[in-house]
Amino acid sequence: MQFFIEVLVGGLLSGVMYALVALGFVLIYKASGVFNFAQGAMVFFAALTFVGFQEVLPGWLGLEADSGVVFWLAFLLAFIAMIVLGIATERIVLRPLVNQPHITLFMATIGLTYVVEGIAQMTWGANVRGLDLGIVDEPIAWLMDNYEIGVSKFDLFAAGVAASLVALLALLFQYTKVGRALRAVADDHQAALSIGIPLQTIWRVVWAVAGFVALVAGMIWGARNGVQFALTFTALKALPVLILGGFTSVPGAIVGGLIIGASEKLAEVYVGPFVGGGIEGWFPYMLALAFLLFRPEGLFGEKHIDRV
Amino acid sequence: MLYREAGQFKATYAEDSQIFPIRQDRIGFWVLMLVFGVAVPLLTNEYWLKAILIPVLIFSLAAIGLNILTGYAGQLSLGSAAFMAVGAFAAYNFILRIEGMPFLVALVLAGVTAALVGILFGLPSLRIKGFYLAVATLAAQFFIVWALVKFPWFSNNSSSGVVTAQDVTILGYTFSTPEAKYVLTFLIVAFMALLAKNMVRSSTGRAWMAVRDMDVAAQVIGFRLMRTKLLAFAVSSFYCGVAGALYAYTYIGTVEPEGFNLDLSFKILFMIIIGGVGSIMGSFLGAAFIVLLPIFLDNFVPMIFGDALGAGFVSNFQLIVFGGLIIFFLIVEPHGLARLWQIAKEKLRLWPFPH
Repeated sequence: MQFFIEVLVGGLLSGVMYALVALGFVLIYKASGVFNFAQGAMVFFAALTFVGFQEVLPGWLGLEADSGVVFWLAFLLAFIAMIVLGIATERIVLRPLVNQPHITLFMATIGLTYVVEGIAQMTWGANVRGLDLGIVDEPIAWLMDNYEIGVSKFDLFAAGVAASLVALLALLFQYTKVGRALRAVADDHQAALSIGIPLQTIWRVVWAVAGFVALVAGMIWGARNGVQFALTFTALKALPVLILGGFTSVPGAIVGGLIIGASEKLAEVYVGPFVGGGIEGWFPYMLALAFLLFRPEGLFGEKHIDRV
Repeated sequence: MLYREAGQFKATYAEDSQIFPIRQDRIGFWVLMLVFGVAVPLLTNEYWLKAILIPVLIFSLAAIGLNILTGYAGQLSLGSAAFMAVGAFAAYNFILRIEGMPFLVALVLAGVTAALVGILFGLPSLRIKGFYLAVATLAAQFFIVWALVKFPWFSNNSSSGVVTAQDVTILGYTFSTPEAKYVLTFLIVAFMALLAKNMVRSSTGRAWMAVRDMDVAAQVIGFRLMRTKLLAFAVSSFYCGVAGALYAYTYIGTVEPEGFNLDLSFKILFMIIIGGVGSIMGSFLGAAFIVLLPIFLDNFVPMIFGDALGAGFVSNFQLIVFGGLIIFFLIVEPHGLARLWQIAKEKLRLWPFPH
């Protein structure tokens, strides 16, 4: 039983990390209808930029490498880089493709994936780098002693970050002018345009926010597994989360992430041995697929009604 | 002036409904067939045949397969490489396990196996649409490759899942030289492309296009949705399966499941996007473009920048150029190279007199 709970909690917490990546997809899809495959590359780009600045800044400014100033300055610079990337994407890729079919936009973001990966590695090199957030990846002693359940501090920290990020986004969406405009655009492009909401500004904001989410996701994933090219594959982890939760729903991304994370780990432990292991690559997809057969729009997706 | 159809009258239905209604096109087609079927294998060297021409042909076939599904029937799929894997390993097992299995029969059986798997993974398309379906096809991609690695039976208990294709023998003749393999590939691909072209011109193809344009409307006017969609999945997977078998037998020779990864699926998707969605001709143009581009960049980038930059820089630069070109093509000509070809033909019809 303890083992089961341990696996379950571990799964739920890693699900939070999937949800972090899925969140970026949802934001962009909601506001601009673009299925942004480049989100994984953005996560990689953001993490690499952050670590890169962390490496070069002490030399430039003559500061200690582990000082807080360097950390936050690197964070700020990486965020600015993500904003620039977002604006450039809007300007160069999306604007000329307005009104094209969804598949064309999707393909363009696959192209964007290659460009972003190339730029990231060209600027900072392809070495695997460590990223230290100051939180050790070890079980919480109190839970271990009293209940013999190993829950990593780091996972808990990641969950906390994700929760505060979602809360922050919810506040942004609900209580600011930009947030209202964002929701209007997500609801109906035409109507939003006709009451004077600048579509392109909104898109830039959304890409910048998605860039911020990518930065946070990249830092957490990077601290976990090292900042390396494999970070781009986080996108593939996020896709089943997306279709399970629904492309257009922020809560869906979180709930989907939890479901996928938990069931993936449980399946790996309890089903995996019977079929030879290594099933985490496809199991989330199969689960999401089976789920979609009952709810074709995912858990919280908008119901699509066809009219002839 | 040369490309003008004045004076070519169609007196029968057969003449009216042929693939190339204009005489110059027919001549051009046969010239192309002769050039690529006879002259090319006689004149080019082994490198061109092995590294460029054979892969272009095989990827064209896979692109036709995906084009049938995505371009004609409108079901976005990201799992075409997995169906190629099914074809490759099915052909391997049919030839391995059945004594005296003729190669061409094995090829067809490989296609049929892929088609059956395709129908299975096409079933969700009846319920889910658009990007949800695209992500769902990733399930096929990951599951099939995983299964081929995990169950050693598929690769005849080879430890790493790598299989070496047997000799290709038809009626006692063994296709061992690159020239022979090229001609075989060429004939098969040409035949299947012709078949595909006729399929999409027939009622089958019209049903697919109706479903693509709006499936509810198509259903309302009496198309059977399930049959049409599943047929598209089956035919598409059949083509991908045969392409996969050819990939193993006439191109690489030694294949492993991991070779048919998501990257390959994306590559095939790029081929149809750059070549032209919903065009058989475009599949060939796109395949040629995607196969040639990396080779071109490999040679071109060091030529300009010298070798001083190192291999890492070159490969990253290639990534950027590759991605940038895809975006560029989508922006400039969303209908692909096939559309450019069409525009050129229309211009040529009027040339040199504009009226």
